[in-house]
Amino acid sequence: MGAGHAHKLYRHGHSPVHALPAHTKLVAVLGFVVAVVSTPREAMWAFGAYALLLAAVALTARIPAAYLLKRLTVEVPFVAFAFLMPFVVPGETTDLLGVTVSVPGLWDAWNVLAKGTLGVGASVLLAATTELRELLLGLQRLGLPPTLVQIASFMVRYGDVITDEMRRMSVARRSRGFEARGVRHWGVLAKSAGALFIRSYERGERVHLAMVSRGYTGTMPVIDEVTATGAQWRRAAALPLTALAVCLLGWTL
Amino acid sequence: MHVPDGFINAPVSAAAGLVAAGAVAAGLRGARRELGEERTAPLAGLVAAFVFAVQMLNFPVAGGTSGHLLGGALAAILVGPWTGMLCIAVVLLMQGVLFADGGLTALGVNVTVMGGVTVLVAYGLFRALVKVLPRTRRSVTAATFAAAFVSVPASAAAFTLVHAVGGTTDVPVGKVLAAMLGVHLLIGLGEAVITTATVGAVLAVRPDLVYGARGLSVPLKLRVGGELVDAAPAPRPAPASAGTRGVWAAGLAVSVLLAGFVSFYASASPDGLERVAADHGLDREVREHAAADSPLADYGVRDVQDARLSGGLAGTIGVGATLALGTGVFWVTRRRRTPTATGTARPRETV
Repeated sequence: MGAGHAHKLYRHGHSPVHALPAHTKLVAVLGFVVAVVSTPREAMWAFGAYALLLAAVALTARIPAAYLLKRLTVEVPFVAFAFLMPFVVPGETTDLLGVTVSVPGLWDAWNVLAKGTLGVGASVLLAATTELRELLLGLQRLGLPPTLVQIASFMVRYGDVITDEMRRMSVARRSRGFEARGVRHWGVLAKSAGALFIRSYERGERVHLAMVSRGYTGTMPVIDEVTATGAQWRRAAALPLTALAVCLLGWTL
Repeated sequence: MHVPDGFINAPVSAAAGLVAAGAVAAGLRGARRELGEERTAPLAGLVAAFVFAVQMLNFPVAGGTSGHLLGGALAAILVGPWTGMLCIAVVLLMQGVLFADGGLTALGVNVTVMGGVTVLVAYGLFRALVKVLPRTRRSVTAATFAAAFVSVPASAAAFTLVHAVGGTTDVPVGKVLAAMLGVHLLIGLGEAVITTATVGAVLAVRPDLVYGARGLSVPLKLRVGGELVDAAPAPRPAPASAGTRGVWAAGLAVSVLLAGFVSFYASASPDGLERVAADHGLDREVREHAAADSPLADYGVRDVQDARLSGGLAGTIGVGATLALGTGVFWVTRRRRTPTATGTARPRETV
């Protein structure tokens, strides 16, 4: 955690994309994803265009392709699910064609895979170019209730601490010869989870007392108010607006 | 598994987003009540961190596979329904934004289905069972098990509902429901075992921390000269009177019976589409596929017996959800009517 609470997807850099204020990037990504989701699945070329757009953003942000592709593996369980689709989608629609693999199922799989991958790609780019604190401030700037932002920031700030605590307990278990192999060992693991909860909750109480003793009254002061200039908004809007154009073309063509 | 982008169409995603926003707003209000105004942020934040961490704890099942806790029921019972819902929502938000886990447009669906439905069903059922059962630790354990078990398939059923309304795939509702319920009944069983054991572990050490077991602690006894005497006339809140408990018990029993039996018989005949398919010999193809590829998919449609069973089960779960929702509404309105001592500070928007 010496890295100043950087999360694992963040990649430090000084590109134009890194320099944009977080809330403009959040709005841009959301707009992009909405455009992608609204595109008809038959317009296959549109999804290629979206992928090119994302590639352009990655190029501007100087994020290597390998880095991006590796992060796309979040999607894997879902890909397996999508591959089931052509077999699960029902007979009453296959009778139109009477093939072993149903065509609507193939369309479904394509639809879900393409849109899901593009969504994950956009999210990965956002996370890779935005620091955690900026992201939280950006969310607050976009109108998320301050309490919610505080809770989220506590969660990410202590997420590493709690995860490390869990890892230490796991080391302690293993150094005493315990190895979880099956259902019979769930009791021990559940006791660890219980202990983890107690420790987390008590840590929360201590953190609260420490904050109160430093004058906390329930709200956090915002020191660095982030603002975006018109030029920055325009630069961020390039992505969703292009996507919107592609989406509209996809509907009309 | 989180719903990714492109699985649910845009209008339904937006509607689910609104529902999720409402749930989060209610969660914020409720969490302030449960934790106290200024304790909310640090405590809820740490509980969210706990949920986040505990989802990474692997529980080996067999043959190299393992599962993990979903944590909805656990959070609801340990820290209370509103805080629990809020924490799950925050975890989902952060997973979506930071780790690209779950689509941004599907965030509303994820929060509604995994946060809202799971927590409300789990806590509603838990509360109802605790009210009905005798006030012992064992009944808390039993209620925890039932709540965690039901909450997972209930959330799967809620997802099926969302998918039926706004899904982008053509998988028929019955099949989605059968597959989702089949898989999630198993997951729910694991969730129930782990949740029960975890809550039990916390109960054994710090029973005062378990929100769901409040008012369960026995009065302190001192052993004076070989016999137990009360340490002090403990100022205990009056236990639920027999009247309300009777009402709770009767309501629960009637609704479960109704749901179970009515849907049992309602679903005794195959529905129209299946009948048509069978009549026209269209189902030969289906059966081939189902038998070849997904043993779980034909779980509920193979014969009537299973369909009845799954129908009844779905009905029971539906009633659980309704009951939970009703309890929630009742509870909120009752709270509204009594003037709260602490000033209700609305979330201030400092944009």
